[in-house]
Amino acid sequence: MEFAFTDEQAMIADTVRGLFAEHATRARTRAAMAGSGADAGIDRALWAAFAGELGLAGICLPEACGGAGLGMVEFAQVAEAAGAHLAAIPLLGVAMVGRALAAGGSDAQRAQWLAPLAAGQILAAAARAEGLSDSAGRLTGTVQFVPHGGAADLLLAWSGDQGWLIDLQDAGVCVTPHVTMDQTRPLATITLTHAAATPLADGKAGISAALAAGWICLSAEALGGAQAALDQTVAYSRDRVQFGRAIGSFQAYKHRLADMMIEIEQARSAVYWAACAIDEGSDEAPLALHAAKSFCADTFHMCAGNMIQLHGGIGFTWDHDAHLYFKRARAIVSMLGDGQWHREQIARLMMGAAA
Amino acid sequence: MKLGFSPAEEAFRAECAGWLQAQMAGPFADIRGIHSLCESIPRRKEWEQQLAAHRWSCIGWPAQWGGRDATLAEQVIFAEEYARAGAPNRVNHIGIELAGPTILTFGTEAQKAQYLPAIAAGTTIWCQGYSEPGAGSDLANVKTRAALDGDHWVVNGQKVWTSLAHYSDKIFVVTRSVEGSKGPKGITFLLMDLDQPGIEVRPISQMNGEAEFNETFFTDARCPADALLGAPGEGWKVAMGLLAFERGVSTLGQQMQFRNEFDVLVAAARANGKAADPVIRQRLAKAEIGLRLMRYGALRMLSQTDHSAIDGAALTYKIQWATWRRGLGELAMDVLGQAAEIAPGDDYAWPLLPNMYLSSRADTIYGGTNQIQRNLIAERGLGLPREPRGSQ
Repeated sequence: MEFAFTDEQAMIADTVRGLFAEHATRARTRAAMAGSGADAGIDRALWAAFAGELGLAGICLPEACGGAGLGMVEFAQVAEAAGAHLAAIPLLGVAMVGRALAAGGSDAQRAQWLAPLAAGQILAAAARAEGLSDSAGRLTGTVQFVPHGGAADLLLAWSGDQGWLIDLQDAGVCVTPHVTMDQTRPLATITLTHAAATPLADGKAGISAALAAGWICLSAEALGGAQAALDQTVAYSRDRVQFGRAIGSFQAYKHRLADMMIEIEQARSAVYWAACAIDEGSDEAPLALHAAKSFCADTFHMCAGNMIQLHGGIGFTWDHDAHLYFKRARAIVSMLGDGQWHREQIARLMMGAAA
Repeated sequence: MKLGFSPAEEAFRAECAGWLQAQMAGPFADIRGIHSLCESIPRRKEWEQQLAAHRWSCIGWPAQWGGRDATLAEQVIFAEEYARAGAPNRVNHIGIELAGPTILTFGTEAQKAQYLPAIAAGTTIWCQGYSEPGAGSDLANVKTRAALDGDHWVVNGQKVWTSLAHYSDKIFVVTRSVEGSKGPKGITFLLMDLDQPGIEVRPISQMNGEAEFNETFFTDARCPADALLGAPGEGWKVAMGLLAFERGVSTLGQQMQFRNEFDVLVAAARANGKAADPVIRQRLAKAEIGLRLMRYGALRMLSQTDHSAIDGAALTYKIQWATWRRGLGELAMDVLGQAAEIAPGDDYAWPLLPNMYLSSRADTIYGGTNQIQRNLIAERGLGLPREPRGSQ
């Protein structure tokens, strides 16, 4: 038992922080937000550096198919750094679909998709969908709220324990990108009309792996974003002078920053507890995932809201980055199950369903 | 990063769990599950001497002084199994967890030989003389005076909130030994016998009807000139060093007590039907999350090897657990409803959950109030400007 990063893990964290500090600048993130069509919300040059130069797209995918063969802990480190910089990359979808394929894909599906996914050559998206009808390998229905759906090449849609892979080049696919409140991860609606789809060989295992990766990704991004919101607000509070004092010397202000740090430290424990639980196959994994997703999303939302409040008027402007964190946080709160849903899952683990 | 335990560590778990459970089922069954600080003190002292006889009283200490040089993982395991076996709160937790480690760090070899064996053996119970009526949050404002008189220190003044002083043998006392000194300078850290004519201990009745705290009065109380840690006038460093030990492995044992309280609450909610209320379910789930994150925060804090870095998990730990437990008390009253307002007997004495509701109001005060904690987090953790000091 040692709940601290190994030297290798510390090096990974340093490397990804360096990458995002260099490439995921606010100017580049804003350029990606303003992109349209398949480039909406994606910094293609950043993705090329991330996936191509550093080989990070497959960090938590098997070595046999070109991945790095590492686990959720290392992936969480990457997602934390990405979240801190609001990096406009489709990390969520690539991790969810890659892990689903590795855990539940057929041999043919794995052979076709895993290597290009791990290399970052194709982009993937994942979303839950209700009411899809499957007729002899042709799917019909609507998949809503698909993150980076406008840019993706491959879609994993699931319902219950059934999951399907859909090549988005298929003639039966219609992708409608939306203007989304969080422009760093735009959503799309994907309409399927007798679109070619192949079911996961083991839907239950695949979807469970996809959700675990998705919850870890969002939790870790939220942790990184919350810490960035705190760090930037602390820096501002040292510089900004009112009543002849740095505003960070006022207790009403200091205590709000302290409250942010208290939540963030718990969020950090939550992310790496959940990541370890997955990697070690612990019985606690379901509880840890629900705890991490609900707690980290709430923490990020609280910290980003405080970031606006504690910056005063400037924090409400378009030019300041506070709203980017705030909107990313709000989107994360609702994605892949909101806080109430996750806490109800924990209540069921504790006490069973309500009578 | 790894949360699981090795086969050797699991073997250690089996060894200590087997011994602890046999003791709690056999010779010490009568004190199994005691959670109050003040109940069955003589029997609990016998239990701690039994722990010592089998070298389980202070496993993290060096073997030379009665410990086992236990690794962090072993200490975690022992704390968990101790609570799981229903073994009672330690009467001498201040000796084992605060006085002992402080003497190990700041004491001379002669002092270690003089004090540590009796702490390890469970024969000398210690208490903590820090707060005073005029020095609570502002601890550096202590006024209790110590003056050298030949080969003895003579101490005059008053301490307050001295937990368990009425059952203790020794007290470590933060005194002011340099006339006219202010703040952290001129402080001397003394080690004194409680049983002497110059010391009077008066219990303080608390809002829950119990009396764990005391006022302790010093009137020409004495101790030998060499009964101090650190140099005369430089005891502040020792006093602050001791507080760091409050965030040691003992926190895990404390968490197991919280787990027991939480389990009682969940059982009560299931029994009275509140467990089906969606709002209560959300609050119980939040409490479960908080308790788990406390555990993993503590493991992160204890796994930290770079002691030069700011340790956010350690810095935020006190306010985290104190706020969590106060919230649990409030949730318990909402689950129990009016039934919790009626005492089961003729005394003003409360079952576990209503007592927790009352006693947890102290948690966010002692050991640094939540407001002081936020100042410390902002100043030490975030590097913000310090609070302005008034002139004295």
